[in-house]
Amino acid sequence: GRPQHSKMYCHPNDIFPLTLTSATQELFGCRCDEDVTGDNPYKILRKEDIVQDMRMRAAVSDFSPVKQLVLDYPEDELLLVYDRDFIYGSSFYLVLTADAKERHLKPVVALGVEVALECEPLEVFAAQKTSEPQPWISLGSEQEIEEESVTDSRPRYRISRVRREFGAPIFFSDRNAMETKDGFLECTPYQDKNFSLKQMERHTGVQTIPNLKSSSTQTQWTYPRSMCTQYEPREFSEEEKENCLQSEHLKNLVNSVASRFEIAIQQNEIMDVFFDDWKALSEEDSGYGRKADPHLKEYQSFTDLHFSKEKTISNINWHPTINGVIAVAVTERLSFEDRINGSTKLLLNPSLILFWSFSDPINPQLLLECPDDVFSFEFCPSDPNIIVGGCMNGQVLTPSLSLFLSISLLTEKPTCGVVDIYSFSLFHSDKVSRMGVPMENRNGICVQIVTCAPDCCVMFWDIRAPRVLQTMADQRKQKVEEKPLENPHGVPNTFKHLDLTWKPLIRVQHISYCKTQLQLVLSTTFCPQDGELVYTDWKLEKDNDSGRLFSAKPSHRFIIHDGQVNTVRRSPFFKDIILTVGGWTFAIWKEGVMNGPIIQSSCSQKKCTVGYWSQSRPAVFFIGKEDGNIDVWDLLEKTHEPSQTQNITATQITCIKPWIVSSKQHLLAVSDHLGTLHILEIPWTLRSPSSNEKLSMSKYFEKEVDRLVYFEKRREMRAKEKKDSEAEELRKKMVRYSI
Amino acid sequence: RFSAVFIFSPKQAEVEETLKRIQTHKGVIGTIVVNAEGIPIRTTLDNSTTVQYAGLLHQLTMKARSTVRDLDPQNDLTFLRIRSKKHEIMVAPDKEYLLIVIQNPSE
Repeated sequence: GRPQHSKMYCHPNDIFPLTLTSATQELFGCRCDEDVTGDNPYKILRKEDIVQDMRMRAAVSDFSPVKQLVLDYPEDELLLVYDRDFIYGSSFYLVLTADAKERHLKPVVALGVEVALECEPLEVFAAQKTSEPQPWISLGSEQEIEEESVTDSRPRYRISRVRREFGAPIFFSDRNAMETKDGFLECTPYQDKNFSLKQMERHTGVQTIPNLKSSSTQTQWTYPRSMCTQYEPREFSEEEKENCLQSEHLKNLVNSVASRFEIAIQQNEIMDVFFDDWKALSEEDSGYGRKADPHLKEYQSFTDLHFSKEKTISNINWHPTINGVIAVAVTERLSFEDRINGSTKLLLNPSLILFWSFSDPINPQLLLECPDDVFSFEFCPSDPNIIVGGCMNGQVLTPSLSLFLSISLLTEKPTCGVVDIYSFSLFHSDKVSRMGVPMENRNGICVQIVTCAPDCCVMFWDIRAPRVLQTMADQRKQKVEEKPLENPHGVPNTFKHLDLTWKPLIRVQHISYCKTQLQLVLSTTFCPQDGELVYTDWKLEKDNDSGRLFSAKPSHRFIIHDGQVNTVRRSPFFKDIILTVGGWTFAIWKEGVMNGPIIQSSCSQKKCTVGYWSQSRPAVFFIGKEDGNIDVWDLLEKTHEPSQTQNITATQITCIKPWIVSSKQHLLAVSDHLGTLHILEIPWTLRSPSSNEKLSMSKYFEKEVDRLVYFEKRREMRAKEKKDSEAEELRKKMVRYSI
Repeated sequence: RFSAVFIFSPKQAEVEETLKRIQTHKGVIGTIVVNAEGIPIRTTLDNSTTVQYAGLLHQLTMKARSTVRDLDPQNDLTFLRIRSKKHEIMVAPDKEYLLIVIQNPSE
């Protein structure tokens, strides 16, 4: 076969690489490098010659591969190009199309093919004339034309109407755009970035500053050494002070500035320029606006079905330090005779002091068992773990509570039991009806208690000795007692003289104390059963004869109340104002005014059983009644009747004790004859003092004292007048008779 | 022969008298005389209160005086009155001494 080149060369479609043998080359006159050279590679062959050659030599002809192409060639002459460099893989190639022939013959810009063409203009024209229309090759120009042309982008809408409706009136109706879905198209605003301007240029000022750097250092404490400094102010000795006081300079100074001082002081005396009257007015009004409810509100109530059933409460005391703990003494509700009759039964029932805590209204926290009914007990003010109680049979008990309280309040279970009771054996022949608040000695520690009992004895006790209660008359006593735990023989029976003046069955009901120091005079008042008030001095005097100490006779006695006086209380605000409640009335006394009570109430419907001053308002006090009412008296509001009455319980009220928990909460503990302890909350109107309340009250008391004094004077004057008029009459009679 | 010696010179008696007169005004709680260093010389209050008042008011008076003089060097502090909720404290400064009076204006 024909020698085929192993390499395949790409060639354009309009040429065909041919390999011609030398015979063919001679025949056609295109011998390599003779007829056709590298410079002149073109040879025009006649189509007929090629065809004839192919006919003659048939398959052997070199042109046989292009036989059909040659036959199809439209022109007469074909171009044969000598491919000297074998670009297309053969030594010759035949150009198959006419315009390719043109291109070859003409000079062209070739891509790798350098064709130097020497063309004849005639041939060029001839080629051009015979160009035929070619199929259009799209180079993208139709897009531009499409863009420029105007066409419908959407189908056109046609709205047509029936002919008869032409020109007819049109009726429009409303339609809510929200009704139908897509009823309206919304054009929501959006932030178009085209309009957000970006500032490309800005004028700013720039300033250089020095480079600042903050830093800190800490010194190292290399030798830690504890040190302290104690100082006291410099003072002058007496001589130096005298020297200064004598100096000329000081004299001149004092003389010159004294007038300035006096002006300033007098200014202040005349008027307080900083006092805001307007604001002061408003303080009083605000009481009406808010919290207008003046009633005592029930806060909590304690009753124990087990322990306080069938019993009454004889005394209440708030625990001085622990908040929310209150102790009540429950006693049997029996009269004296019943007691004696049923004494055996009483022995089985333990007498208790119950401790209630606000956290548990059902179970008492602590139960103190006592050998007998406790009528009166008090917490020791300096050490709240000590309680002193006075019992029915005359004993005085002081259980020490410290260990017990801490345990029981934590476990919150009622515990029964008594720790460390120290008791006296029957020093009072009758029941101890009231205990005194232990008085303080100079160190502020309470070491003394006072008890009083219907056996006409008032006794002072010293509990200073640790753990062992000793009795002591008073600090100046010379005789030492032989039997420390036994009866206080040395204590002078203060009421010896009373014994003689009054009936033997005198119940000394209550004592209130002033907190003066032991060394000073202790004065007190107390009131026996039939309504008398006795005022005396506790200072023990020395009897010159026997060397014993005895107390002075009582200085005054008054009969004011129609029944048993059950309360004598000092006002917490005025040290010399005392409230006494007894029978159907109450009275207010001022110490030093011996004419009588400065205020005395009218008889009320029911017996007054107990009274107590309010802790926060100088003008307010509470009176408990036989029918379970509490009368709240406000002396600045009304003096002839209580400012309000409130019913707390159905039976007699036995004890009232107020307590200040916080500035917003004041509580009033009220116990009744049935053994229930009610805790009431004092409303704002009753606990918050008005401005100048103390001042107003003191002025009121002064006025009352003046009234008393005035009446006393008038009485004297009237008595004198009467005496004078009687004397006058007598004289007249005498004159008549003598005549 | 026995000659009586007066303890106080007449002028001294004047000083005492004046101070007593000031003290007995209505509402006056106490009077203190303090020297230039804050050491109390004469007082009607108890020692600890006196020392406290003397120290504090001495410093305050110095400060007040320096304030007045800073504002106008030819000016000087003559009298200082401090009004508080409960009291009024009046201080009369001097080169060598300080007189302090405490008064309760509203009784």
